Amino acid sequence: MKSLWTLYRRELDLAWGRGGGPLLACAFYACVATLLPLAAGPSPERLAAVAPGSAWLALALASLLSLERLFERDYEDGALDLLTLGPAAIEAVAFVKCLAQWTANGLPLAVFAPLAAVALGAPVEVAPLTLACALIGGLGFAFVGGTGAALALGARRGGVLVAVVVLPLFAPPVIFGAGTIEAFAAGLNWTPGFAFLTAYSLAAVALTPLAMGAAVRNALS
Amino acid sequence: MIARVSVENLSVGRGERVLFQGLSFALAAGEAVALIGANGAGKTSLLRAVAGFVRPLAGQVRFEGADGEREPDEARAQGLHLLGHHDGLKPGRTAWEELRFQSLWAGGTEQSARAAVEKMQLKPLLDLEIRKLSAGQRRRVSLARLAAAPRPLWLLDEPLAPLDAERRVRMGELMAAHLTGGGMILAAVHDPLPVPARAVEIGAAVA
Repeated sequence: MKSLWTLYRRELDLAWGRGGGPLLACAFYACVATLLPLAAGPSPERLAAVAPGSAWLALALASLLSLERLFERDYEDGALDLLTLGPAAIEAVAFVKCLAQWTANGLPLAVFAPLAAVALGAPVEVAPLTLACALIGGLGFAFVGGTGAALALGARRGGVLVAVVVLPLFAPPVIFGAGTIEAFAAGLNWTPGFAFLTAYSLAAVALTPLAMGAAVRNALS
Repeated sequence: MIARVSVENLSVGRGERVLFQGLSFALAAGEAVALIGANGAGKTSLLRAVAGFVRPLAGQVRFEGADGEREPDEARAQGLHLLGHHDGLKPGRTAWEELRFQSLWAGGTEQSARAAVEKMQLKPLLDLEIRKLSAGQRRRVSLARLAAAPRPLWLLDEPLAPLDAERRVRMGELMAAHLTGGGMILAAVHDPLPVPARAVEIGAAVA
């Protein structure tokens, strides 16, 4: 347990030390959110209608940014060998890496999400729910994305491969997350969507470490 | 704790190419084996096969403890250090942060990491970022892990290559102490090891 905590701290340190990776993801998020009014037209009614959906799309894309190198760097520099020959199963290592990924990137992005949604014209009342959805959805993004990153290990053009593998799997949280916020804004019952989003993320947390472990083992042998 | 490693009839390939076939040797507590062979003969691949990172084409690697045979995965997870060209040190972190992490992860303690710093004369380097170290200094940081976290089997890939004469002597002392304590060393080398070692030649058939 103590060694996993040490690993978690190191992963956070690496994420923040990497030229401010999380800030870069937030900046990317802001850019995508700013481009949208330019593409869709600036009329407030039109923007308000697509605000939750676009905020979620931008969130999914921004989450992808730093995922590509989640395992690749450790694979290239030999750290993955070292992590495999440690006190914890590789599944536990993958779990900790994704959790750190969420802490370093998912949390700042989640704080940004309500800002983007409101800036695009969503009502201010949706901000708390947007934050909650982005926090929970971000957890799913980190773990499902980590699976894609592990599967793409050692592949040429791994970054594009990660996007192609992972983006379809991001469909459920995008649907449920945006749906929840739209339902809330329209005064409808938003709890089922929120429950599905939570279920998706928890299932990802529970199951994907097994897949990541298998993928990493395969890449190393 | 592993007390004996047997490589039995091992064949290893890379891609389509067979690197070596039917290699057998054993390593008992207190012994060192120097793997010799030309560049590309498969020395590194053999080390990685013993560590479980390369699946052999044929044959097997067996680990025995004092009380009988051990499950390979279990024996590897706690029983060996693999130190190759890729040391897993992160350029943006300081030597101490990385040494401390690698030692703790391999089963050492903060104290044993500090003791290793003394042994490997790393004190002046501790606050430097890994990216600012020379190849030799970097190697010393990664070698310090061997001293900081006791594990019986050392798999070393050209451990001495970037070290200066004085550090080679130090490393020789470290290896000798490890062998005296019942440890085992399997090292791929081009120069002789600084401790008495049996030589095993690899890939003699492959030109």
